[in-house]
Amino acid sequence: MRHLLRLHTFLQPYIPQMLLALCLLLVMTGLSLVVPGIIQQVIDVGLLQGEVGFMFRSALLILGIGLLRAALTYFQRYATEWVAQRVGYDLRNRLYNHIQQLSFTYHDHSQTGQLISRCIEDVRAIERFAGTGLIDLVRITLLLAGITALLFNANPRLAAIALLPTIPLIIIAADYGRRIGGYFLNIDRALGDLSTRLQENVTGVQVVRAFAREPYEIERFAYTNRILFQGRLKVLGEWAKIMPSTQILVTAGTILILWFGGQMVLEGTLTIGALVAFNSYVAMLGTPAQELTWLVNAAGEAVAGAQRAFEVLDTPPDIQSPPQAVQLPALLGQVDFEQVSFQYSGEKASALQDIDLHVEPNQVVALIGPTGSGKTSLVNLIPRFYDTSRGVLRVDGYDVRTVDLVSLRRQVGIVLQTSLLFSASVRENIAYGRPEASLEEVVAAARAAQAHEFILELPQGYETVVGERGITLSGGQRQRVAIARALLMNPRILILDDSTSSVDTQTERLIQRALDHLMEGRTTFVIAHRLSTVRRADLILVLDQGRIVERGTHQSLLAQNGLYREIYELQLRDQESFYEEMEALHARQSLPVRDQGGLE
Amino acid sequence: MAVINPPSAEEAMMKGYDPAVARRLAGFARPYTGKLLLALLLMLTGSAMTVIGPYLVKLALDAGLEAGSLPVLRQAVLLYVAATAVQALTIFFRVRIMARVGQSIIFDLRARLFEHIQKLSLSFFSRYSVGRLITRVINDVGVLREFIVWAILAIARDLFTLVGILVAMLALNVRLSLLTFAVLPVMLGVTILFKRQARENYRAVRSAISWVNSVLAENINGVRVVQAFSRQEHNYIHYRDEVNRNNLDTNLRAARIAALYPSVIEFLGTLATALVVWLGGAAVLGEQITPGILVAFVLYVERFFEPIRDLSRRYDSFQSTMAGGERIFSLLDTPVEVQDAPGAPDLPAIRGEVTFEHVSFHYSDDPALVLSDIHLHVQAGQTVALVGETGAGKSTFVKLVSRFHDPSQGRILIDGQDLCRVTQSSLRRQMGIVLQDPFLFNGTVAENIHFGRLEASDAEVEAAARAVGAHDFIVRLRNGYATSVEEGGLLLSVGQRQLISFARALLADPRILILDEATSSVDTQTERIIQQALARLLKGRTSFVIAHRLSTVVNADRILVIQGGQVVEQGTHAELLAQGGVYYELYKTGFDESG
Repeated sequence: MRHLLRLHTFLQPYIPQMLLALCLLLVMTGLSLVVPGIIQQVIDVGLLQGEVGFMFRSALLILGIGLLRAALTYFQRYATEWVAQRVGYDLRNRLYNHIQQLSFTYHDHSQTGQLISRCIEDVRAIERFAGTGLIDLVRITLLLAGITALLFNANPRLAAIALLPTIPLIIIAADYGRRIGGYFLNIDRALGDLSTRLQENVTGVQVVRAFAREPYEIERFAYTNRILFQGRLKVLGEWAKIMPSTQILVTAGTILILWFGGQMVLEGTLTIGALVAFNSYVAMLGTPAQELTWLVNAAGEAVAGAQRAFEVLDTPPDIQSPPQAVQLPALLGQVDFEQVSFQYSGEKASALQDIDLHVEPNQVVALIGPTGSGKTSLVNLIPRFYDTSRGVLRVDGYDVRTVDLVSLRRQVGIVLQTSLLFSASVRENIAYGRPEASLEEVVAAARAAQAHEFILELPQGYETVVGERGITLSGGQRQRVAIARALLMNPRILILDDSTSSVDTQTERLIQRALDHLMEGRTTFVIAHRLSTVRRADLILVLDQGRIVERGTHQSLLAQNGLYREIYELQLRDQESFYEEMEALHARQSLPVRDQGGLE
Repeated sequence: MAVINPPSAEEAMMKGYDPAVARRLAGFARPYTGKLLLALLLMLTGSAMTVIGPYLVKLALDAGLEAGSLPVLRQAVLLYVAATAVQALTIFFRVRIMARVGQSIIFDLRARLFEHIQKLSLSFFSRYSVGRLITRVINDVGVLREFIVWAILAIARDLFTLVGILVAMLALNVRLSLLTFAVLPVMLGVTILFKRQARENYRAVRSAISWVNSVLAENINGVRVVQAFSRQEHNYIHYRDEVNRNNLDTNLRAARIAALYPSVIEFLGTLATALVVWLGGAAVLGEQITPGILVAFVLYVERFFEPIRDLSRRYDSFQSTMAGGERIFSLLDTPVEVQDAPGAPDLPAIRGEVTFEHVSFHYSDDPALVLSDIHLHVQAGQTVALVGETGAGKSTFVKLVSRFHDPSQGRILIDGQDLCRVTQSSLRRQMGIVLQDPFLFNGTVAENIHFGRLEASDAEVEAAARAVGAHDFIVRLRNGYATSVEEGGLLLSVGQRQLISFARALLADPRILILDEATSSVDTQTERIIQQALARLLKGRTSFVIAHRLSTVVNADRILVIQGGQVVEQGTHAELLAQGGVYYELYKTGFDESG
């Protein structure tokens, strides 16, 4: 119920419209009571007078009321739907914006399928209830109160007897309402799990097929499917109990009246006419009582939806600009790590420990180290995707936690290994960080990223839509678009991963050239996989288990005979074997030896 | 990001009633015919009790009170209690039966869909996005659920009531009945007109919400890029003012029409009442009918339109059910391209000899050959490296070996057995595939390795992890082997994911191994571990490697140079270099920079 009450924050702006819809509904209900009155007049007066004109006038009156009712119905329905849609619209906006503000930490631990189903299914449940549900709830409450008043007015003693069954009715309905939310929550979760299952199965389809694990996957899906099945059955089982209970309790009113009222009639304390009239009022309770249980159901669904929606909305975005954030000026690009340690939430081991680092503007820093040694964690701290657990990270001397996030991230460019593009034109993808960029600027960035040529060959050039709803670019093409995207931001600090997975050698060369372009004149942090990058770096950091174990230039590190040397040897051996082979080949076939400068 | 307004053809596809779809939906209900009939019987019994109730009240009043008989009163009341109890019981059992039937049908349907998805060819998944599949399996099936659980019996009840009232009206007075029915053609015309418009609107509403969903899904999937480029505000404005706004406007437009319909029907109902009052009243005056008949008639006219209104509401849900059903069946009807031949035997334990006999391949929707006339023989235990430019056909080549596609021409034999004639599962169980992008499932690290061979013991899992050098980093994870890998393995590095996928393949212990190398995405140290792991993995198995590493190529027993879908050169590294052809060129420009 707590969650249902919180929904009022979404309804508040639309209270006038809701009141309007309610008023219209009440007027309509009132009008529907008029028609039987007219018909009664026709029978009692019209037929006695024997005048056809009276019939005609009555018919016209009925028609007129019908017309009025039709008009009111229209406006009432539209107003109700309008409120529902507005509430859904607002809620979807809030969720969307909130989710995209939530930090990396949140998204590391959340499942896409669940989040999406919250924004779709849960909002829909709330929307449904917010419109018709609430208005009906008010109407039915008023109706029940009205009938009750009428009954007590007619005969207090009989009224008390007739309304006795409504006490258990209310208790049952309230109890049902309390429990039903939980059941719907289980259903919602099961639905979310089911979509996650499916999503994962489809994303990993190649692995599933490769290991012939279809039966296993089918079994896992069936398991979740069964949980959903049981969840639904549970709700419907409750429903199977509540529906006849309502019926029984309403009928019980009539039965009690007949039993006790009948005896009163026989005793002569009540007339038959009064009894009949009384009973017809009690019968009026039937429909609203049934509707009430439906509404409790819908409310249960809405509560479950609201609870899940609020779970998201209540999660504070833990990385935000502070209240009096400093707008960063144009950066020089100096980066300092001061005793920085970092731990992912829920992890026991530190991802980074005691990192002390001073990087001058325009320096190129290469990070190397084993898988999982903390390279990615280190660079993720610079644009403040995560906050340090201890220590301070400064950019041009500003603590990143004190500055405006946008002003920071606008000046930090990132090119990751897997280049995610959005369903939009190539041009919009390149201009992702600067939507206002001109076409000339976009083209210039694409040229520098060696992407211009292939973009021109696409069906609509720069306006070609890529991604899910458009054409699929190859890994290498995506990567170059991502490089152009970063270039266009003209960042002062650049973070990149110089790996070029899954591309052929020609493309790899193009990407290398594009990356070289990108690194010019910026402070650059490279997660390095290439000797050429490492050699050229001003500073090489060798990471191991979250610590910087060695640092220096290529030459100084080689001299240290440590981990770097070990890594270098591994790579050098490959290259030297290549030279030997080429030279042997040259000797055998007199082929020209390649220009050695090309290797640097 | 404003350009794509995506009413995809399939979302929009909507006809009215389609008998074929209805028949197939009914097919899913067939196993439950008995239960459905029982539910119907219960409903009729319940309705009968509802009708008896007022009669018993009348009995209590007339025979009990008017006659002043307490026993008769008590008897009538007790009968009423009994009738109510029977009615309540019928409701209880009816809802339970329908719940079980409806949910079972839905369960079956979802399971069928999922099983079908498991069989579809890989190229299907590049056309059909995850989001759309989820919509099919979750939302469209959900629409069917509503219909089956609630609507079917309600429609039966409405029709039953309608017929009952119709009979009663005709029995009372034919002329007045016909007068009332005069409204019906108008109502029918209005309904047809409205429904046509409503269908358009429904289509628009669906495509609006599907746009909302896809934009939402994309933003959640790409949230890291969104934040990296500080696009939150821009994206929010786009979503609020265009995508979501479009959804709101479309819904409100639809609501304007939708709200009009019931008010028109309402009005037509009143029109009928007015006609009866006027002409029926006149008839009473003309002494053609009694006042009692007129009163009864007015009551019936009101009740007559209630089931009609309800049916028109049900028609909406019926229509969305049809649309959902159509989309579901079109997915179920997507042909399975690679199928086990009827009565196909299992492939017995193999040695791993692979033969291509003049194999050509093109995709079913594109006649251009991706591979043409591949003819070769690979001995058991050989390592074959495939090199060539992107798009040359290397991936297609290995996909044919693992029978993700069937050759368009020619045959592929393993140990002399035609791949198309044995069961896929027996083939793939003896074959290991390591993909370039190592995919991990939600679950623990151990479970992910286990995926290679479900019945393996924990000790075997650990042994496999040790063998590929993954053990060391796994034990350093939060919960060691029990650490759960979050969606897509985001908390592990690419190298770590690769090692886990190696362990997975090693555990499966395949006779034939297919490996799509992904060299450049790991650091040099991991590279060394991976090199060693690879050597262990390839040892003693027939393997096809899409190679990016010099060392892999050099160490291969045989190198196939693929260009334009053909094997243009083959031989060992030394032989091919000496030829000075395509391989030599590739080697000169390509392998010099690789790690």
